[in-house]
Amino acid sequence: MIGMLQNLGAGALGIFERLGRGNLFLLNVLMGIPGLLLRFGLVVAQLYATGVLSLLIIGVAGLFVGMVLGLQGYNTLVTYGASESLGIFVALTLVRELGPVVSALLFAGRAGSALTAEIGLMKATEQLSAMEMMAVDPLHRVIAPRFLAGMIATPLLAALFSAVGVMGGYFVGVGLLGVDEGTFWSQMQDSVDLYDDVMNGVIKSVVFGFVVTWIAVFEGYDAVPTSEGVSRATTRTVVHGSLAVLGLDFVLTALMFGDN
Amino acid sequence: MEQSKTVQVWVGVFVAIGIASLFMLAMKVSNISALAETEGYELKLKFENIGGLKVRSPVTMAGVVVGRVAGIGFDRESYEAVVTVRVEQKYDNIPDDTSASIYTAGLLGEQYIGLEPGGSETYLKPGDTFKLTQSAVVLEKLIGQFLVNKADE
Repeated sequence: MIGMLQNLGAGALGIFERLGRGNLFLLNVLMGIPGLLLRFGLVVAQLYATGVLSLLIIGVAGLFVGMVLGLQGYNTLVTYGASESLGIFVALTLVRELGPVVSALLFAGRAGSALTAEIGLMKATEQLSAMEMMAVDPLHRVIAPRFLAGMIATPLLAALFSAVGVMGGYFVGVGLLGVDEGTFWSQMQDSVDLYDDVMNGVIKSVVFGFVVTWIAVFEGYDAVPTSEGVSRATTRTVVHGSLAVLGLDFVLTALMFGDN
Repeated sequence: MEQSKTVQVWVGVFVAIGIASLFMLAMKVSNISALAETEGYELKLKFENIGGLKVRSPVTMAGVVVGRVAGIGFDRESYEAVVTVRVEQKYDNIPDDTSASIYTAGLLGEQYIGLEPGGSETYLKPGDTFKLTQSAVVLEKLIGQFLVNKADE
């Protein structure tokens, strides 16, 4: 009985300790960001690794998600003779939900895991300790540029996802299924609001980018410096990052769209 | 910073694509888009009631889209709606006794303007107003009429 309680207590303490370490870590990284503006080249190099290399998967995924939305939405809407509303359906789904969420999930899998593995291996091969020996703070030199790059890249990737998705929905809806082109765009423009929908989608993706990148760099920095520890940390990045995105999405949606 | 040029170029491309996507979402998908002006000439129609007609709704003739609604206004004197439509230049032979009606595509679908050509030899010129128009059918009015007729029986 006592043993069970002890396990429970130890587990809870472990979680809180990790949370505390994560927050202190975040604070330190954020303090390193202003210094980065003087050495923006570091961020550019990371933007290439996280953003440019994710372009292909985000673009292809967005196109196919949009095409599937067009196809499925048409099949449902045509039953009610409302196939003209396909544009609204595709655009609102993408801009409000799927754009930010799916691109953040893909980002966690494509870029987050790479970040964790890279930083974890740096730790395992004692490169981070070597930096500290040379009086270079690895949080400022290694972690902060990656963190900032991830936060810049996600909103851009989410916007690309939504835009390509709308084009995919357009190809299927207007090109293949014969929805009227003008109605497709005009109904979409009537119903999608720049601030309520597009801007809230961008805010969502900024939050997701923040959380996913934070989890990714923290897991890497906090990994047990063995090959097994790094592989576990990489798995945790993808799992926890995805769960955090899905959970936060519900909270953000309730806050943004809950009252109408 | 000793950094390869390709990396910088690619990051530039990436940021440009991202911003272009945002721009496209703002201009093309949401409601602040500046209306794309298509080639064509404008005609005016007056309706008692336009129902759910919107800017960019299609204008059809024999089911073929010949133009789009370019603007919707209100006449202060006659209390009528003034609809400006932009008809494509190649359909420049619309007779001046053509009648225009507002129809609904599907039961709950979008409304559009249907043109039925008359037999006149003279054609409508840019800026002309249609003489014969028929307002949109408002469902509530129909139901109200139906109920009144039932009560009379």
